[in-house]
Amino acid sequence: MTGAGQPGFAGAVIRLEDMAKTYRIGEVDVHALRRVSLTIERGGFWAILGPSGSGKSTLMNLIGCLDRPTSGRYWLDGANVEDLEDDELSAYRLRHLGFVFQSFNLIPQLTVRENIELPMYYRGTPPAESVKRAEHLAELVGLSDRLAHRPVELSGGQCQRVAIARALANDPPVILADEPTGNLDSRTGEQIMEMLCGLHREGRTLILVTHESRVAGYAEKRLWLKDGAVERIEGGAA
Amino acid sequence: MILRGVVRNLRLGVKDILLHKTRSLLTTLGVVFGVGSVIAMLAVGEGASQDALAEIRKVGSNNIIIQAQKDIDDESSGRQRTRMSIYGLKYEDEARIREMGSAIRRTVPVRLMRRDARVGDRKLELRVVGTVQGWFDLVPRRIVAGRVLRTSDTEQNARVCVLTETGARRLLAGAHILGEKILISRQYFEVVGIVESGTGGRNIAVPDEEVDAYIPMSTQLQLFGEVNARITSGSFEIEKVELHQILVEIDGDELVEPMAKAIEAMLRAFHTRKDYKMNVPLALLRQAEKTKRTFNIVLGSIAGISLLVGGIGIMNIMLASVTERTREIGVRRAIGARRGQIILQFLIETMVLAGSGGLVGVGVGMLIPALITRFSGMPTVVPLYSLFLSFGISVAIGLVFGIYPAVRAARLDPIVALRHE
Repeated sequence: MTGAGQPGFAGAVIRLEDMAKTYRIGEVDVHALRRVSLTIERGGFWAILGPSGSGKSTLMNLIGCLDRPTSGRYWLDGANVEDLEDDELSAYRLRHLGFVFQSFNLIPQLTVRENIELPMYYRGTPPAESVKRAEHLAELVGLSDRLAHRPVELSGGQCQRVAIARALANDPPVILADEPTGNLDSRTGEQIMEMLCGLHREGRTLILVTHESRVAGYAEKRLWLKDGAVERIEGGAA
Repeated sequence: MILRGVVRNLRLGVKDILLHKTRSLLTTLGVVFGVGSVIAMLAVGEGASQDALAEIRKVGSNNIIIQAQKDIDDESSGRQRTRMSIYGLKYEDEARIREMGSAIRRTVPVRLMRRDARVGDRKLELRVVGTVQGWFDLVPRRIVAGRVLRTSDTEQNARVCVLTETGARRLLAGAHILGEKILISRQYFEVVGIVESGTGGRNIAVPDEEVDAYIPMSTQLQLFGEVNARITSGSFEIEKVELHQILVEIDGDELVEPMAKAIEAMLRAFHTRKDYKMNVPLALLRQAEKTKRTFNIVLGSIAGISLLVGGIGIMNIMLASVTERTREIGVRRAIGARRGQIILQFLIETMVLAGSGGLVGVGVGMLIPALITRFSGMPTVVPLYSLFLSFGISVAIGLVFGIYPAVRAARLDPIVALRHE
């Protein structure tokens, strides 16, 4: 693997400065996130914790370039992204971020191979290269023999492994995982966590949203949110 | 890159249709019948035009045929057993027409008569046309054997005749009759040629329908005079007719109809009774145009309404599909698909759906004209271009009615879409 995912680039891969997100519901302003400043070093492994409504999802969406902040600044992989156009944000998601969801979110009518290839298709990777990489990634997650299967024919754990392979397709430096073990039994969940830890070990930045302290235990640092603000950070200062 | 996207989305679209066969078929029914109607419409129009052209070609497209006909009053007035009717076209009529200007290329006079004829032992009533050599220039007839009439035949009052195939058959004669003499009303005529018989179409009578033989008009006048006597079912009919038909050849298509009007006006001025009938083959084209227009309006409306309803049906199912697949759209957007790529995906899916309806419609469209011909006898010709045109229309319907669902899909907020159950 080559590219931005390689270790050795020191410094911050994600930097938030006074980032706030306010929703207006009727006449009331809801402060989902209040002036959060945060620096996540390259190759870090963070868990974001907090009760529901604490702003975990909002923060994750902002980091994931799915949403724009109301105010504040955001640097992703060295570039300022908070006021990019929709298409440019799409391009950042495509190249710099890999998503792993709680409910896997594979596309049901596509085969495993096609699901893994999807990000490369959107990037315009030549088909031959895309096929080779999809096979390599399937081998990496141990699903070489399932390439032609559809998601419904797979178990939950297998689906999540396909999702991880898909997240890695464009070799992004940052992986965002939103409750990746939430829909899995504990043994399968452990296997998935082992796999994610492996990604961290090879130098990728891993950000995990969870409410399970056992899952958060894998992380190097734990960020606790409360009422849209950082309550505390465990595991050493950033 | 774009091509690859198109091919990939085409494949996905086809897959999706095969996954929901019944739903797709029902959805595209409007397009199927719309496309079918477009093809049927063009086939009927094309059939009418070709049919008219074929019929016109039988009598020459630049010709006007004026026929003598017995006036209806005259026919009913006399119940007497013996009567003499004088009617029809005059030699002067022909002369006047010839002087009507440079647009008249030539005129050919025709006299008809029925006389007993005899070949060997066989005796029968022969239908004979007296005319000039120009007749065969105006009305093309394939020569089966020998020759047609010549100018010299008229000049010399030659006793020659040309048989039609029908005439030859009625006389039980083959090509060997060439050079032999047949007896027409006690006068011998040498058979110099055989030509194919003229058969009229459904809408037009050829001037020599049911004719057995042609002879030079000068000979006819010299030998038989202008009076025809006929005995039919007990009544003895005598008629005096100078000319039964005048064939007029006009110089140029565009002059045919104005000249027909002028000739008719002239005849009306000189004839006290309406004892003639104008026959303008080219007017058939106008008739065909009218048929075409009627069908265009009827089938065009059906096509338009079907396509509109079909398009809306397809849009509806695609909107449902967008809602159904909201989460998929959210995933694609989260992964990094641009809005344009989502639009492309749904547009192509809609076009594939509409196009598949179009393909079925092409089949239906080839069937409808066949059924029309079968049950109404109306000629239809499915032009090849209409198949491509109507298939193109179906794809265009997909494009037009796919835009709204595709834009709706692309406008979805990825965060909301991802949370969609």
